Amino acid sequence: MQNNPTKNTHEPLFHIAKRNAMVWWKAWLIRGVSIAASLIVCAVIIVSLTHQNPLEVYGAMVKGSFGTSRKFWAMLQNLAILLCISLAVTPAFKMKFWNLGAEGQVLFGGLCSMVLMFMVGDRIPNVLLIISMLAASILGGIVWGILPAVFKAKWGTNESLFTLMMNYIAIQLVSFAIMVWVPSGSSVMGLVNSGTRAGWLPDLFGQKYLINILIVAVLTVVMFVYLKYSKHGYEISVVGESENTARYIGIDVKKVIIRTMILSGAICGLSGFLLVSGTNHTISKELAGGNGFTAIMVSWLAKFNPIMMILTSLLVVFLQRGAGEIATKFNLNTSLADILTGIIIFFIIGCEFFINYKIMRTNSGKEGK
Amino acid sequence: MSAPAIELKNITKTFGSITANKNVCLTVNNGEILSLLGENGSGKTTLMNMISGIYFPDAGQIFIDGEEAVIRSPKDAFDYKIGMIHQHFKLVDIFTAAENVVLGLKEDGKYNIKDVEKKVAEISARYGFDINPSKKIYEMSVSEKQTVEIIKVLYRGANILILDEPTAVLTPQETQKLFAVLRKMKEDGKAIVIITHKLHEVLDISDRVSVLRKGEYIGTLITAETNEEELTEMMVGKKISLDIDRSEPVNCEDRITVENITLETSDGVRVLNDISFTAKSGEILGIAGIAGSGQKELLESIAGLQKFDSGKIVYNDPKSGSAVDLRGKSPYQIRELGVRLSFVPEDRLGMGLVGNMDITDNMMLRSYRKGKSAFLKRSAPRELAENIVRDLEVVTPGISTPVRRLSGGNVQKVLVGREISLSPTVLMTAYPVRGLDINSSYLIYNLLNTQKEKGVAVIFVGEDLDVLIDLCDRIMVLSSGAVTGIVDARTATKEEIGKLMTKNSKGGALDAE
Amino acid sequence: MLFTIAQFIKAAIIQGIPLLFGSTGEIITEKSGNLNLGIPGIMYVGGISGIIGGYLYEHNNENVIPILCIIISLLSSLAGSALMSLIYAFLTQTLKANQNVTGLALTTFGIGLGNFFGGSLLKFFGESGSISLINTGLAYKKALPFAAKLGLFGETFLSFGFLAYLAIIIAVVSSLFLNRTRAGLNLRAIGENPATADAAGINITRYKYLSTLIGGMVAGLGGLYFVMDYTAGAWTNNGFGDRGWLAIAIVIFALWKPKSAIWSSFIFGGLYIICVYIPGLSSSAKEIIKMLPYLVTILVLIFISARKKKEHQPPASLGLSYFREDR
Repeated sequence: MQNNPTKNTHEPLFHIAKRNAMVWWKAWLIRGVSIAASLIVCAVIIVSLTHQNPLEVYGAMVKGSFGTSRKFWAMLQNLAILLCISLAVTPAFKMKFWNLGAEGQVLFGGLCSMVLMFMVGDRIPNVLLIISMLAASILGGIVWGILPAVFKAKWGTNESLFTLMMNYIAIQLVSFAIMVWVPSGSSVMGLVNSGTRAGWLPDLFGQKYLINILIVAVLTVVMFVYLKYSKHGYEISVVGESENTARYIGIDVKKVIIRTMILSGAICGLSGFLLVSGTNHTISKELAGGNGFTAIMVSWLAKFNPIMMILTSLLVVFLQRGAGEIATKFNLNTSLADILTGIIIFFIIGCEFFINYKIMRTNSGKEGK
Repeated sequence: MSAPAIELKNITKTFGSITANKNVCLTVNNGEILSLLGENGSGKTTLMNMISGIYFPDAGQIFIDGEEAVIRSPKDAFDYKIGMIHQHFKLVDIFTAAENVVLGLKEDGKYNIKDVEKKVAEISARYGFDINPSKKIYEMSVSEKQTVEIIKVLYRGANILILDEPTAVLTPQETQKLFAVLRKMKEDGKAIVIITHKLHEVLDISDRVSVLRKGEYIGTLITAETNEEELTEMMVGKKISLDIDRSEPVNCEDRITVENITLETSDGVRVLNDISFTAKSGEILGIAGIAGSGQKELLESIAGLQKFDSGKIVYNDPKSGSAVDLRGKSPYQIRELGVRLSFVPEDRLGMGLVGNMDITDNMMLRSYRKGKSAFLKRSAPRELAENIVRDLEVVTPGISTPVRRLSGGNVQKVLVGREISLSPTVLMTAYPVRGLDINSSYLIYNLLNTQKEKGVAVIFVGEDLDVLIDLCDRIMVLSSGAVTGIVDARTATKEEIGKLMTKNSKGGALDAE
Repeated sequence: MLFTIAQFIKAAIIQGIPLLFGSTGEIITEKSGNLNLGIPGIMYVGGISGIIGGYLYEHNNENVIPILCIIISLLSSLAGSALMSLIYAFLTQTLKANQNVTGLALTTFGIGLGNFFGGSLLKFFGESGSISLINTGLAYKKALPFAAKLGLFGETFLSFGFLAYLAIIIAVVSSLFLNRTRAGLNLRAIGENPATADAAGINITRYKYLSTLIGGMVAGLGGLYFVMDYTAGAWTNNGFGDRGWLAIAIVIFALWKPKSAIWSSFIFGGLYIICVYIPGLSSSAKEIIKMLPYLVTILVLIFISARKKKEHQPPASLGLSYFREDR
């Protein structure tokens, strides 16, 4: 009669505890189930909007991504850009540096390319122009990335808010440049150098986007190796896991923060270059098109693993393009894609809870750890 | 006189395989100050946490004012008019004293901070506190913060106050002030429990003393009828022999010389006070002391993780014979100087290892920089991991298991194994057997002894005096950040060390501010 | 000249009102330690759900009563933003998901919802063209009756629809709530130090849910003001632009104080359109001036982190989820 549970205390029936680790297949099962659940929810929404057989609708989505060779290449191109930006934000996130400024870093990197493309044009050999554009973009991305990192390292300035604001400065700079370059005031910049193709990445085997895709493919492998097998990557993991341990073994935490953001910014700059030189051949405020934010989710969903990111970014791109296809087919607005993306991400980040925590019935006698 | 304010009957509490309290009985009366005396790990705080609703006992009964009480949460404890002042203050930094006092309260009537401030001022006046109710916490000294905690409890109408080592952070003057306040509360009829291990304070303030040792209740004495010797003996108990093989130190050379180092925290508390000692090769230097007497800061200063204010740490290189000044060097710079210093910190997973990495990757923490290549070489660490798992009998599914998933003893084996693999000349360990079972503990003792025989200067920070006396060659005792004595472990007694641990160092740490 | 200045002030206030709703909402949310980056999305949803409510009413009734226009669209707007906030609160509090990722996903989702319904609503009802709720818009725009009589002063400061005044009232009330009430004190304690608040017996989950919910609903009103008053009942896709992010910037600029958010919002509103009022400004220079709010916010952010004055810092636990057993 020592442990008589009393009547007048109200404890919740369940309580939550951190799980040690889950077998990998169980974890993936949970993720799989949640993706399936989210697709069902999406199907319900689509069906209620279109009154069509959901399988048909998903069929249309597949067609939208893989239907024709043109669509397939366009999808690969979207995939390459999203993946590239996801790779860029990953090392910083792994270090628990919340870079919400990929959008701005891409944009500013792209702007740097465009400056050369527009102002220098065909006055220098094309190879030289492209190389200097690439360099300028990377440098631009670095500048945009290093600023918040320096202040974070020096004073602990909140990096998520800082990088967020940097996005809009980049946007305004692009608007400014367009206003200067397009005198008519139409604020839309058409194709640049469409005659000379100066500064355009060339087609490869007749495929316009192949160079982009190859560059990103190589980068994915490089980033995977960098994070997993290089000393830098190892330092990033240690700093991200425990700053105390990093100090204990003598890692200069500030240096690692700044170095990693240089890398992050550089790859964002590269993405900007690929967009300007390899894809659009023009620039607008929407150059990054929200991919800077989407990339954060892609990287997070893939648990910072570059190879997994191929899958997660494919999922997102497939949804976006597929939803776009349905929207056109059923005369709906293309923003349907964003709604579906949002729903699926909600499900996936929500399901992590069931992987990391376990819910237990409250044991009425015992407490403590 | 009516029923006692608190009566505990046969309280038992276990955490996993460790018994924190075993059949403890205790009474506290109204209008009385009871000291709860015991070494670190004797279960004092756990016991009091069960009264204040943080833990729930596995067995036993608690009576409040003669009636059996079930205390499941801090809120239940409030309802029984019990208030506990923890060692780590629970205050919101940017709030004022008054705001912290009313935080979370559901009082009737309109909320007006001016009224609260007035009431706080009244309580202060009644008991003689000196506090400005509208001062922000972050502008306060440690003793002011403690005052806020006490007022918080009184404001909620507590009749029973439990103070967990309240004087650990106070200067002697502040301690006297606190004691004056406690005496006033006692006159007011409140029941007060003060957890402490400072004997002179026990004798100074309390009416009765209850002693715990290794989770067990030893006895209660009337303060006026006892003395320091008797209390020390009750606290540390009779010497138990542990059968640790101890060899005579050979070829002792000065390896690390610490001269007059002093360190103050940003609060102005002096955590290291003019410490000087020498660690010699081929011997184990024990460091004894109540937890928080500066052990952590001392080791971190030597390891290059703490910047100290003044003093000098010199390493005598056994190869070149030259002396290297370690002051102001980072851990990496220290290694680059050729100083082979290994350090097993107290916080194993938070500092010594990375919990989410596997054993192999944790092996690399110290060595990954080796070589000019930009890439990691995992073959050597993998081999090391395999060796450690085999030699130290680490229980693990494999070397690619995250260390977070290993048990405490196995985590420690991984950490100690790695640090020893660096073939150090100095090996510092902080509480290396804390939370370990007997077998793992002996394995660690043997490892340390082997290192000593190899000529390593071993520094062993420990809490169990039996172990310190049986394992070490010399024992340095710290009290409040100062050295109160260095004794020969072969001849020292537990009472002698116990007294040094609780000795109020002259001109010591607590003079700051 | 005076007339131009008066016009500018009026325009600045009009631009500032949605920002004020948004930043007040975000302050309430952030005070509990939740960094809700979904606010821009919530504001879109606040706008579109108001539009949907108003449209359904106007579409189904011949004679519309202005006050009903307001009540119906207001309630549907609040319901929309409450649902959005609920998604955030459930994911971050109950399921302990990462706040940044959840917030960004919510913004993607919310802007998607806004533009989708904005672009497709009429098609569902077999109509074409773009949404324009003339009656509801007029009802919202109705100024104080005596404004016209007060000349330039009345025209500059009193000629707004009721939502404008509501924004200021909500900001003031929030300030009083945070600083003068028990619940406000408890809420701030959670944002600063959840473990302490928990030990003091405060129900953290309930407070975090409520503050996220209420904060989101307030922010959603900013979207409603924009579509009903500013654009008079018309919806243009992406018309609301990046004002949601600007509202988050104001939270920093106002140092997490709702009262300061009032004048900060008007300043930011002014900066948003000042380029129109500076004579002789080239269109490119205008774009540079539009950069100012963000630049200033960064400077403020750097300044407060360098000065380390405790009162000016973000809530100490901002962005972190609290789990009792982590203590």
